[in-house]
Amino acid sequence: MTDRTRILLLLGPALLLVGGMVLSALGLALLRSLHLFPQLAPDLSAYVAVLGSPGFLAALALSTWIATVSTALAAGLALAIALLLRRGFPGLKVVSVLVQLNLTVPHVVGAVGILYLVSQSGAFARLAHAAGLIARPSEFPVLTQDPYAIGIILTYVWKEVPFITLILLAKLQTLGDGAEQVARSLGATGWQSFRLVLLPQLLPALAAASALVFAFAFGAYEIPLILGAHAPEALPVRAWRSFTDVDLSARPEAFAISVLVAALGAGLLWLYARLILPNRDRDAG
Amino acid sequence: MRAETLRLLAGLVVALALVLPLVPLAIWSVAHGWRFPDLLPQAWSGKAWALALSQRGGVLESFGLTLGIALATTALAALVGVPAGRALGLYQFRGKRAVLLLLLAPAILPGIALVLGLHDLFLRLGLVGSAGGVILAHLVPVLPYMTLVMAAVFTGFDTRIEAQARSLGAGPWRTFLTVTLPVILPGLLTGALFAFLVSWSQYLLTLAIGGGRVQTLPLVLYSYAAAGRNDVAGAIALIYLLPGVVILLFTARRITGHSVGLELRP
Repeated sequence: MTDRTRILLLLGPALLLVGGMVLSALGLALLRSLHLFPQLAPDLSAYVAVLGSPGFLAALALSTWIATVSTALAAGLALAIALLLRRGFPGLKVVSVLVQLNLTVPHVVGAVGILYLVSQSGAFARLAHAAGLIARPSEFPVLTQDPYAIGIILTYVWKEVPFITLILLAKLQTLGDGAEQVARSLGATGWQSFRLVLLPQLLPALAAASALVFAFAFGAYEIPLILGAHAPEALPVRAWRSFTDVDLSARPEAFAISVLVAALGAGLLWLYARLILPNRDRDAG
Repeated sequence: MRAETLRLLAGLVVALALVLPLVPLAIWSVAHGWRFPDLLPQAWSGKAWALALSQRGGVLESFGLTLGIALATTALAALVGVPAGRALGLYQFRGKRAVLLLLLAPAILPGIALVLGLHDLFLRLGLVGSAGGVILAHLVPVLPYMTLVMAAVFTGFDTRIEAQARSLGAGPWRTFLTVTLPVILPGLLTGALFAFLVSWSQYLLTLAIGGGRVQTLPLVLYSYAAAGRNDVAGAIALIYLLPGVVILLFTARRITGHSVGLELRP
């Protein structure tokens, strides 16, 4: 058996199954969004309707806001925590176990937990009442089903900080602190050795992890379902609602949204590949 | 000394923040009514747990279904992902980058980008509404993790030990079981853990492909939470966390940041 045959046999099942399902799903969504079943001539009316609808634009803006803020907060906090954990402190073990525990928590559990924590009659509102800050639930700031999606962002930050932290810790482990010590011995301050030596080395891993978090926060359904407002609604919630609308004419619009999100995802995939996949693979033959 | 105290404090804050959202879930699960502004419930009750653990609540059945789907998905992912990881880890070939991107795509594409198209595909294949269809669909988000972990494992694999076994007369199956498998087993277990957890936490994909007829735990949890049964939702949430905790207890030492990093660096 030649290497070529062997590689084909080894990769075949995975490519057929997942590659097949992914490409068919994307292809079908594109065809359906263009009204190509049952018609034969492509029809862009779904895209015209979607791009011209205020509801879609508001949903797009909201999901972009959610994903951007969640990713920025999670990346910043994770960087701080990774640097903290790296130095070690009493109780490091407990924190490490909790970080790993958090990774196993399904998002839907986090969303319901955050709901019971920060809603107007939630645990924080009760603490505020006990402290004499509020008299009624309605006096507590609206953090769930709110226009700024604060509850949703809190859930993503809570779930994704440990994820990015572990990736950064893995990177820090492989880097060691030799380069920083050299910088310090050459007279760099602590901040300079972080900013000029450590951060540039961490950045590809941090950016790649952030791309994953952004894509997830942009495209997940159950978190905005539980914590989001009715209007504006997050893009995945809107897409699923159009898709399951009793009025079947809304379906092409749902597919158009999914195609637009896939295009954004392709951009993130490209970014991720540039950051993570070694370039030499391109020329390997 | 000051810096040390600061680190300890920061560590405490992080630890507290990590468990905080789980606290109200645990309290709700044993509360008998818990009205604003009570800091703690006035009365305690085991009713939510009794319902969640009874036949009539449907939670145990749903737990079994979710577990079965996650285990089947993991087994399928191993069956397909181990060979794929071997090809990606051991060989350099033309188009490797494209293959990696295609196999990686479902882990990076936002969920909603694929779910509607997959629903359309599965509808045409007659697979909507069955647990089998859900298992097949879960392979899409699960396989990237298994494949990438196995690719990393095989990158450091020495095929000469297999050649030695073969030259001593072992058949391909025996070589795999007695030589290859023991070497890749730790990595395979790591990949299986990721695969299990990814399938275990799927929501929209299960809702779409299951067509509402495959009621896994996240869907049941949401229906109770949406119906305002905070107590039952709390109990289900804790039950839903159980496998993750068990996995963590068994692997606390092995799952380090490093193995998580592998998943992202083919």
